[in-house]
This record gives sequence, structure tokens and C-alpha cells, in this order.
Amino acid sequence: MSDAAIRTEDLVRTFDDFIAVDKVDLDITEGEIYGFLGPNGAGKTTTVRMLCTLLTPTSGSAMVAGYDVGSRPGDVRLHIGAALQDAALDPKQTGRELLRLQGLLYGLPKSALPKRVEELGELIDLTDALDRPISTYSGGMKRRLDLVAALVHNPEILFLDEPTTGLDPVSRATVWQEVRRLNHELGMTIFLTTQYLEEADELCDRVGIINQGRIVAEGSPDELKRSVGADIIVARVDGDAAPLCPILAALDGVQSVEAHGNELLIATDNGSAAISPVAVALNGCAVAVRDLTLRTPTLDDVFLELTGSHIERDDTNQETDR
Amino acid sequence: MSVADVVAPTTSSDALRARPAGFLHDVSAIAGRALRAVPRDLEAVTPPIFIALFFFVVNIATLQRLTQSAGAGFDYKAFEMPTAILLGVTGISRAPALVLDIQDGYLDRLLMTPIRRLSILLGHMVADVAVAIGLTVPILALGFAIGVRFEGGPLGVLAFILLAALWSLAFSGFGYAIALKTGNPAAVNSSFLLFFPFLFLTSSYVPRSQLSGWLHTVAAFNPVTYLLDGLRSLVSQGWQWGELGKAVLAIAVLGAISMSMCFAALRGRTRRG
Repeated sequence: MSDAAIRTEDLVRTFDDFIAVDKVDLDITEGEIYGFLGPNGAGKTTTVRMLCTLLTPTSGSAMVAGYDVGSRPGDVRLHIGAALQDAALDPKQTGRELLRLQGLLYGLPKSALPKRVEELGELIDLTDALDRPISTYSGGMKRRLDLVAALVHNPEILFLDEPTTGLDPVSRATVWQEVRRLNHELGMTIFLTTQYLEEADELCDRVGIINQGRIVAEGSPDELKRSVGADIIVARVDGDAAPLCPILAALDGVQSVEAHGNELLIATDNGSAAISPVAVALNGCAVAVRDLTLRTPTLDDVFLELTGSHIERDDTNQETDR
Repeated sequence: MSVADVVAPTTSSDALRARPAGFLHDVSAIAGRALRAVPRDLEAVTPPIFIALFFFVVNIATLQRLTQSAGAGFDYKAFEMPTAILLGVTGISRAPALVLDIQDGYLDRLLMTPIRRLSILLGHMVADVAVAIGLTVPILALGFAIGVRFEGGPLGVLAFILLAALWSLAFSGFGYAIALKTGNPAAVNSSFLLFFPFLFLTSSYVPRSQLSGWLHTVAAFNPVTYLLDGLRSLVSQGWQWGELGKAVLAIAVLGAISMSMCFAALRGRTRRG
């Protein structure tokens, strides 16, 4: 395998007239956790499905584990594992049957399968439930089984499409911990899509922010956040905030000011020093300030600055990202 | 135990390396899964057997005296057993289960493994043949119990079962084509409508010579007519190679059409993603 675990150039996928993925370039090195962050419909799942050989690109190229997804899909499949957006399970099989069949289809020796299935069952605390039909599992159990089903053959590259959407905070933390271990202890390359800002922030070495099929920013979470300033002062006022921008932008220490409706985002190098002058300036403008807060930038601020809107999360796991 | 312990466990890493396992191995693995699902999905196989046995018994009770009075030596029970068999095995397939695999995303999981796409479909079909063979057993048992005897002998019985299973396989292609094309359980369930023209616009209940007008003409174009002739020859006449050849040809023609549709639908689905 070359140094690039995943490399795409001008990757495009259209559905009739709709451009789901628009000239996406990726260069993900071995052992990296790469996060693909974006709202519903941004093109995250379509990209993953192309990289997993489930969907043919309309144009452009994609190499995974050193193989072209279009011309060498079989070789790609030998090197990847994937847990897609919805747990891909057969509810009538037992957990043991599902894992065993996975092992068989990946060509693992039959003699190694019983032990392998037990190990995977222990990992996700499902040993006692492995002989029950999957239809009797809880949502969290199904998600964990889905994850280990992708690990049966010890893949070099793991694709996780919104792995924690719909999970409770405890299960989410468990998945995060497992993802970190897979990466740190085994050097597994992980391509993770998410609509959770904190997930990308916590887990990923690098993040690509995708919106309307295009990557609008890429870098480490810290780099991306630094791009909008060291601190963010958020002011909510009554009425339109836009007329206040020039006044606040003229203050010392203020890097930039953006207005979104009645909300002002003031980027600054030193928030604690700038917040008082900002408060005084707002008071001088005779506007009613509902609240004034100081915080460090988030990836949502990055997204907001780049696209003009917040990432809207879908916690119901009902919509399908294209 | 951590993820790392498990992903790279005491089992040698070579044993856990993914590799192509071979086409027959893959077909066998998929067929095994499909067969394990049959006892959990008995509602899929129980009604056809009930319908076949019901019509077998009722038709004999209704028409035996009438048909036997029309010609000396005519055994309506023997005549009707192939019809009962076809009622039992026509339309039997795991196509509805394949639709659920599509809806549950499980087909995607299978498609991401290194197996050939074709083995997924063939695995299901191998299981269908096994189920169809199993479904012939109670119908044959009833036939033997009421006095039907095979002029073709024990090998004739085996040929009879094989023809019925191959017909079932050929017909199942339509169900898989609809399943793969639509991914819609309602559409797959409605495919049973195909059953009616094939099974009833033919010599199911009386010899073809007794059919009149348009039905006689239509029956000439129905492959089931020739299949029934072949099956009946094994029961009533022994090895009639001409009849058997036509039966095999009828199955082959229908199978070629249904499988072409089926594999085209598979290619379309994998292309669409």
C-alpha cells in the first residue's frame, strides 16, 4: 500500500441533474483519522459509498488502499471494512451467524472462525446475546455488532458513516474510545463521516468540511478553528445585527465581525480583553443586548464563516444523507 | 479486552487476512444462510404446500369421475399430480428475503465483501432449488398414498423432482428481477400474479385436447403445457424422450428470459448503488 490510504481527484457523482459530490479531492495518509463533517445532504454518504465500491463515480478517480475503486473493486474490498449509516444487519440471523458468515465471505479459515467470533462478541459485550436473533437486540447492541462485523477480517482502512448518530452519550463515548484504540494501537486508517462537531473535534487528525458536495475547508480541528480567531464573542441583540458590524470591527483587537440575523460573531485574539470594549460599544449603539458570551471557536464557527449557516444536526437518524 | 486485542488477537494475523475464497465457496456460504432462514420464515413455504395439497385433493374429488368416464383407463390422480407439484413450487423463492436485505442495508454489507456479485444471487437460487425439492416430498407422499404409481420407476421420480425444481428456479428469476429492480416488497409480492396465466392458461385440469377455442390456442404458447406433458409422461407412460425434451426446452426458454431479466436487474442495482 502506498502512503496514501485514500486519494481522490475531481471525484464527482451525480444523480440525474443533482450533483451530490462535486470535484472532491482527498489525500488521506495511512494511520490517519480523517473526519468528513457536514450537514445532511452534503455528500458525505455518497462519497463513502463510492470509496467502498458500492457506487460508481460519475467522473474523477478514487484510489483506496492503492487500488482504483472503478477498475479494481475486488482488491479494494479486501482491504476495507465499513459500518454504514444504518446498521446493515439481517434481523433474522443470530449475531454469531452474522459474524461467522462475514468471516467466511472474507475467506477466513473455518478453523479460525469460532475463536474469532467469540473474541468479537467479548469486545462488544454481546457474548451472552450472540445466539439470539439480531431482531431482539437494542439499537446500541445492533450498532456495536455492525461495527465489529466490519472488523472481522482486520481491515487496513475502516469507513464509519455517522457511527454515533442516534446513540446515547454513553454509547457514543464508547464508540469514540474504540475508534481511538483501533487507530492508536493498530494504525488503522479511519475515514469517519459525522454531523457532530464535537465528534470531529475529539477524534480526527484532520477534518474536511463538506457542503453541497464540495469540500470548503480542510485541516486539523485546531487549524480550522484558529482560522476564525483565538476567541469568539457572541452577542445576540434585538433586531438586525448587521448595522453593528462596522462599529465593532473598528475596535482594537477585533479580527472580524459577522452578523447572522440577530447574532454577531466577533473573532478576536484575546477575548477577555476585547469583551469589555465590545459591551461598551454595543451599549453606545442603543441596542438591546440579550446576551453576550465569550468562548473558544468551534468547528461550527468555521462552517458558519465558510457557508453562512450552522450545521444542522439530525439526531433522529431519520433522514438520509446523500 | 480492547479493540486492538481483538482486531489483532492471538489468532495469527495471516489467518485473519481477507482473501477471495472461491466462487463455489461463496455460493455455498450464501446458500447456507438462505437455507438457515427457511425454518424462521415458514410462512413463506407453508401456504404453497397447503394450496397444492388442497387443490390436489379437491380437484380429484371434483373431476375424477367425469374425466374417467370420458376415457377408459384414464387415471386422473396421476394426471393431476404434476399440476399439484407445480402449484407447490412455482413462485417459491427467497426474493422477498432479498428485498428485506436491500431495505435493511444487509445487501450492501454483502456487496462490500470480496465475493462476486453473481454468487449472492446464485446462492439464493441454490437454496430455492433445495426448498423446491423439499416441497415436492409431501405432495409426492400424498400421491403415493392415494395410489399414484410412476411408470418411469424410481429414476422417473427423481427426474420428476428435478424438472419441478428446475422449473421453480426458472420462475424464481422473475421474483429476483422485480426484487432487485424495485427493492419493494409489495412489488415482489404482486409478482405472484404471473402465477395465474402460467398455471391456469394450460392443461392443468384437463388434457389439452379437451381445451376449447382461445384457451387451446393460448395453451400452445404456454411453456407450462409442455412441462406438464413431460411430467405426466414420467408418471403415466415412462420415459418419453420427446415429451421430456420439450419440457426441458420449455424450462430453458423461460429460464433464459427470467435470468436475463434477473441479472440485468442485479447489474442495474450495483451500478446505481
